[in-house]
Amino acid sequence: MTDLVDRKKLNYIAAQAADARVNVELETGGMTLNIGPQHPATHGTLRIIVRLDGEQVVWAEPSAGYMHRGYEKLTEVRTYPQITTLINRIDWLGSFANEVPFILAAEKLMDIEAPPRAQWIRTLLFELSRIANISLFLGDLGAQMGAVTPVFYAFRDREHVLNLIESATGGRFHPNFDRIGGLKEDLPAGFIDETHSVMRRLRNFCDEVEDLLFGNIVFQTRTRGVGVIPKEVAVQYGLSGANLRASGVDWDLRRDQRLPLSYDKVDFKVWTHPDGDSFARCWVRLQETREATKIVDQLLDGLPAGPIMAKVPRIIKVPEGEAWVSTENPLGEMGYYVVSKGALGPFRVKIRSASFNNISVTPWVLRGVYVPDIVTVLASLYFILGDIDR
Amino acid sequence: MVVRLSDVTTEEPAALPGDGLREQIVDQVRAEIGDALVDSLVKPGDDLWLRVRTDAWREAGFALRDTVGCEYFCFVSALDWLPSPFGRGEDDPTEPPPERDTEVRQGYTGGDTRFQVFARVTNTRLHVGVTIKTDVPDDLSVPSWVPVYAGANWHERETHEMFGITFAGHNDLRNMYLPMDFEGYPLRKDFPLLSRLLKPWPGIVDVEPLPGEDDDEGGES
Repeated sequence: MTDLVDRKKLNYIAAQAADARVNVELETGGMTLNIGPQHPATHGTLRIIVRLDGEQVVWAEPSAGYMHRGYEKLTEVRTYPQITTLINRIDWLGSFANEVPFILAAEKLMDIEAPPRAQWIRTLLFELSRIANISLFLGDLGAQMGAVTPVFYAFRDREHVLNLIESATGGRFHPNFDRIGGLKEDLPAGFIDETHSVMRRLRNFCDEVEDLLFGNIVFQTRTRGVGVIPKEVAVQYGLSGANLRASGVDWDLRRDQRLPLSYDKVDFKVWTHPDGDSFARCWVRLQETREATKIVDQLLDGLPAGPIMAKVPRIIKVPEGEAWVSTENPLGEMGYYVVSKGALGPFRVKIRSASFNNISVTPWVLRGVYVPDIVTVLASLYFILGDIDR
Repeated sequence: MVVRLSDVTTEEPAALPGDGLREQIVDQVRAEIGDALVDSLVKPGDDLWLRVRTDAWREAGFALRDTVGCEYFCFVSALDWLPSPFGRGEDDPTEPPPERDTEVRQGYTGGDTRFQVFARVTNTRLHVGVTIKTDVPDDLSVPSWVPVYAGANWHERETHEMFGITFAGHNDLRNMYLPMDFEGYPLRKDFPLLSRLLKPWPGIVDVEPLPGEDDDEGGES
């Protein structure tokens, strides 16, 4: 880790560089650079248009919409159980987590609650999808800065988590496992022991990434003090998840709201970082993955017995009303505003996805950043295209 | 009245907001914007809805941000309360179109217009969120929230594109998803879902009896 002296040195170098820029006024004509829609630094097709002055960005504009699938319209012609299939595809790396807030909103309107065992397994799978999602982020992070090894480590260890999700739900990426009133199936035999050993493996992976990346001087110089988002800006733009906590806002929907999930039964720490730069965002995510493995271990130890499905009518009709439920998904706050008119399907579903807000801050944060840092700032904000466009 | 995070433990859900807090928020907003607060609804232990007059939309935003302390911006979007003239797109194309309900009925906190703009903001220190709605008058124009919450920018662009509602004061209402020359507003209820009209839903053609129904002869299906 960089100690205080090193940071002082870095600050000094940065100050010298800034002075040099002021003293030597180079003639630099403006230039427009188009990054994407296909670009290695993006998980999907986000196009960014930047206006450069020399090496520095003076104006940036992300252009989303290459993957808009119109889910809000499609939900209006589908029944409640059919909708989970759609919303699985919003954030495709942590699919199960997308289902939970929608199902909870429907359950809230129907005034039913899943039995305890179903709630625990839901929370368990929720955290497993968080681990699968963020472990890929941690690996990919290296690739953005030229470090190839962490990617392979990430894919290797994420595979074990995906195998767990597959063994329980039958689907590796799109489980479609959550039902109104409970879950489709119980956990398979041997799941608990297997999960404990995978969690140990994942903690090892976190240690490896910390050694390989976070302690690396190249990584630190590329991320520390780059892309700083202050607290006030972060809340105004509605940044959520690790991006918000990295700006020093202590806000985690797992802890800070009452939902029929089992987060109040486990002990975990919500990590924050005061800096708000790229490094802080990555670091908070690393710690979050560690916490998630601990949550999974605790949930497995305390798993109650009992049914996994509440008594629900065969044909699900949701009574008239409006409900908002949001959860702390791997990417941030994901919520559904469900309006029901008492029919088989919802009248309107507003999908609030985390990446949409997280990326809307890029015109603000990219201003003044140097060209190679565009990629690291974007990587540290961590977005999934399906989560922006829906 | 601030609930300190160190006081919030997983053992004591009582530290989370009670309903006195939500009623207090209603009073605070009323003190700021007066009778522009048309209606409010507190659902015990659940959530809070407010409805304000359209001309006070921005003032209500400032009141929520500065007085109530809801600094965290969640989303802005719109609701179209007209029942869809196409139903759920499952009509049999060989039959004449069925009679449908055309009455515009608004949801919680009522309303007078077909469209409503609604938003959600959160107080991250008190752990309480507010859903706020406003009617959209016939000129389909609502004051913009960009001066209140910078993050409203993209959300208002999306709402403009999907519902055709203009946000006065927002000078960059370009489309986000659709080509600029696209005609129509896809999330309006009277905008047909074309794929459903062109190719009927397979459920109309091959209907399987639901398990457990009276004429269930398929055993386990």
